[in-house]
Amino acid sequence: MLLPVEKVLTSYSLVTAFAIVGVTMWISYTLSERVTQGRVHGSAIAILIGLILAYFGGLLTAGKQGIADVPMLSGMGLMGGAMLRDLAIVATAFGVRMEELREGGLMGVLSLFTGIFVSFAVGGAIAYAFGYRDAVSITTIGGGAATYIVGPVTGAGLGASSEVVALSVAAGLVKAILVMTLTPFLAKFMGLNNPRAAMIFGGLMGTNSGVMAGLAATDPKLVPYGAMTATFYTGLGCLLGPSFVFLIVKLIVPA
Amino acid sequence: MTIYGTAILSLSLLIGLSAGRLLGVLLGVDADIGGVGIAMILLIFSTDYMKRTGRLKVSTESGISFWGTIYVPVVVAMSASQNVRGALSGGVMASLAGALGVAVCFGLVALFVRLGRGKEKEGS
Repeated sequence: MLLPVEKVLTSYSLVTAFAIVGVTMWISYTLSERVTQGRVHGSAIAILIGLILAYFGGLLTAGKQGIADVPMLSGMGLMGGAMLRDLAIVATAFGVRMEELREGGLMGVLSLFTGIFVSFAVGGAIAYAFGYRDAVSITTIGGGAATYIVGPVTGAGLGASSEVVALSVAAGLVKAILVMTLTPFLAKFMGLNNPRAAMIFGGLMGTNSGVMAGLAATDPKLVPYGAMTATFYTGLGCLLGPSFVFLIVKLIVPA
Repeated sequence: MTIYGTAILSLSLLIGLSAGRLLGVLLGVDADIGGVGIAMILLIFSTDYMKRTGRLKVSTESGISFWGTIYVPVVVAMSASQNVRGALSGGVMASLAGALGVAVCFGLVALFVRLGRGKEKEGS
């Protein structure tokens, strides 16, 4: 009975995703208005629902793409994948004024470098505290605390063990999810309500998915500014991790 | 036509990503450095130029702005395709490395945002 329906949903997976995300948005915005009286932004609730779905998707399929590993819902992976995500995020820049970007530029660059070094330092210190004593593992786990791409790229460059690389990916994922969920609640504390602050935020946090979702849940108008700095973070992290940061770690922890 | 706008957006992204990759190659890393940021600047400049020369029609604009408005739903789909199980199964050390880094950075954002404001006031 259900088989023909399943077939349609699977072969039109992107359309299925549009429908499901639309329903999720509707539920989230209704909850936001009715239950929280607008205190929690509808998109914050939608992102949270997305993450919960992703968790169950992972439990169900033991895959790495959350709910998108369920064949019928594979369109979620396409809709939320790098291709459409980047297209949408560039489109948000339409209407941005160049002066605002220039104003926040210097602090943005400063934030970028500070964010990368601080993440490596904190992640590396935790690795040290948990008994890792070799510079390769410490740097790799530190990279994971930067983003879940910087970690494995650094690890691959330095020849870290696969166990350490997996840990660095996990650290990066934890970071992305925390930034996604906590940003709207900490926005007031951070003073995150103007383009300049969003550029600082993007530079310090750096995790693309976290920054994009966190800002979307706080104020979608800030998204292009945060994305502008965050987009440089992973690349710079991959550049500095296996080279400069590794040399410093080696000086501190001679293995 | 609407597709003109979407095409301008797509070209900006493709050129930006290629430039980001090229920058990566030049610096010796297998990663994209700032591709999306470069694409954004390209889009801002090209649409601004078209607006000034009167070539940016309303239908062209809608081919760009639609994608901007679809952004939040795309992010929801993105969050639904995250490896949440992987994050939770990384154990105490991985969680702590991620969480503590985030905590410090949240604090730094608050600090930097205020620092920036202080400087601005001095300058003016």
